[in-house]
Amino acid sequence: MSADRAAGLVLAALAAGIAAIALAELPMGSWARPGAGAAPLGLGLILGGFGLALAWQGGGAWEATDRAEAGRALAILAAAGFAALAFEALGYRLTMAAMLAFLLLAVERKPVLPALAWSALLSLGSFHAFSVWLRVPLPRGPFGF
Amino acid sequence: MTETLANLALGFSVALSPQVLIYCVIGCFIGTLVGMLPGLGPLAGISLLLPVSFGLSPTVALVMLAGIYYGAMYGGSTTSILMRLPGEAASVMTCIDGHAMARQGRAGAALAIAAIGSFVAGTLSLVGLMLLAPPLASLALKFGPPEQCALLVLGLVVLAAMGGGSVLKSLAMTVLGLWLGTIGIDQMSGFFRFQFGLVELGDGIGLVPVAVGLFGIAEILASAGKPQLERPRTPAFRELWPSRREFADSAGAIGRGTVLGFLIGIIPGSAHIVASFASYGIEKRVSKTPERFGQGAIAGVAGPESANNAAACGALVPMLALGVPSGAIPAVMIAALVVHGVAPGPTLIQDQPALFWGFVAAMYVGNLVLLAMNLPLVGVFVQLLRIPYAYLYPAILAFCVLGVYAASQSAVDLWIMAGAGAVGYGLRKAGFETAPVVLGLVLSPMLENAWRQSLAMSDGSYAVFVQRPIAAGFMLAAAVMLAWGMRRR
Repeated sequence: MSADRAAGLVLAALAAGIAAIALAELPMGSWARPGAGAAPLGLGLILGGFGLALAWQGGGAWEATDRAEAGRALAILAAAGFAALAFEALGYRLTMAAMLAFLLLAVERKPVLPALAWSALLSLGSFHAFSVWLRVPLPRGPFGF
Repeated sequence: MTETLANLALGFSVALSPQVLIYCVIGCFIGTLVGMLPGLGPLAGISLLLPVSFGLSPTVALVMLAGIYYGAMYGGSTTSILMRLPGEAASVMTCIDGHAMARQGRAGAALAIAAIGSFVAGTLSLVGLMLLAPPLASLALKFGPPEQCALLVLGLVVLAAMGGGSVLKSLAMTVLGLWLGTIGIDQMSGFFRFQFGLVELGDGIGLVPVAVGLFGIAEILASAGKPQLERPRTPAFRELWPSRREFADSAGAIGRGTVLGFLIGIIPGSAHIVASFASYGIEKRVSKTPERFGQGAIAGVAGPESANNAAACGALVPMLALGVPSGAIPAVMIAALVVHGVAPGPTLIQDQPALFWGFVAAMYVGNLVLLAMNLPLVGVFVQLLRIPYAYLYPAILAFCVLGVYAASQSAVDLWIMAGAGAVGYGLRKAGFETAPVVLGLVLSPMLENAWRQSLAMSDGSYAVFVQRPIAAGFMLAAAVMLAWGMRRR
């Protein structure tokens, strides 16, 4: 399926979901006095129209992606997901060190010592710069680390 | 004129205070790095550093963010000339003749002309900003909700019509951004829209996680694993001075690029990118030796570099005078102002003269800082390009996570960032531009409020948008732009 057709169908499906939720859960008001649901419903309908027009028009090629790039992208997204999941439970330094070590060792296959050193340097250094110098509150994990 | 000079004096008294100066230099330095490093454009750079600006005063924060924006325009030229690698999109045209000059041993002259052209364009465009923004803001003070609503519609339509890709795709992305902007508690009724069981969404979807995800994470996903770049040769300091002939060939190009860039910058769209492309085309057309373009013509470096800097400055006119961003970068800067409790819009110049004029003066200073910094320190900046990307991108990802969390102290925003990254990567692969999403997200609350207020004041009549002459003019212009954009494809 062409890129435009696939993207158009996804947008149309999203728009249908938006419109359904707006109609089911939000007050619509009237034409003269629109309620909280009016703008989302209107935008959903317009988005659906654009999505269907894109799908009907078709065309548009996908940018080339090989298996290696796709695998790497998935691993990076998994690392970002891990950071979101563990950030408050493990604390900034442990989460960042684990995420960096995973990317450098498992994804990039870098030598162990430089990878671990870079992970430790970045996680500890950025914590010190932001939490201590710039006073940005960052979470601490077990044992206050 | 006397009033303008008095205001400028006030601005310099603000800009030359030690704190503003320090953050101006920091912003310029970071911006240069951001512009040089592939995988980090000015938008991702500004988004990442937005949380750092929260602890600063509004003036200092705006000066630092503008320094990053401006610095990125300068920095992008270095990698374009030395490595044929545009650090950011506006530097694509500089690659062609800049790198050809580098291969002929004239990298120093190309870098110098790029820096001098950027300096001249930036400085002259600031005069335009200074003269144009205050009267434009005074005019905009006469606007009511219908005019504001029509102006926002015009801005969004122009962005979609003037962008590089398909108008239909850009409009779809704009509407997607507008819908994302409706998530959260409705300002007029207090209703929670699209809660999905998450109390954290009460304040809506944050701009920072969406911008960092769509631009920062998506770029990392697309760039990681690409082959290592060639190692650039750093030109010696004595090689940096252009010849008399090169100066003469560049002067006209710098002048034309400045005027063209400033005018394009005011119009919504990817101004600095469009400006550099347009400038290259014009220089080739007016040149007596068009066959030299592509082989190392210095006008092909001077014109686009001047144009993209002038456009960056021109884009600040609607942002500061009207509170309407002309692209994604001014949109993020507006969000920074809102976070600092400063209401962007026509009243900004009147209510916050120290902020506006301090900002203008700091831009003059920033231009000088960039000129002084870029040429002597080119060797230092080039060293950073030698860090393998396999080590660099995990660090950029870590800073994305840090920046997003620091902005909101919410792990939900980290999920939004990761999600936006995945969506941004997919959209990029399908040939969609993602800047309109960010612009829609920022403008959505303003547009919805202006729409509903207009209907409240007209007793529910939609004719209010065509009966008032200014609003009708904006709507007509939007319709014409839309028709033109559709026809162009």
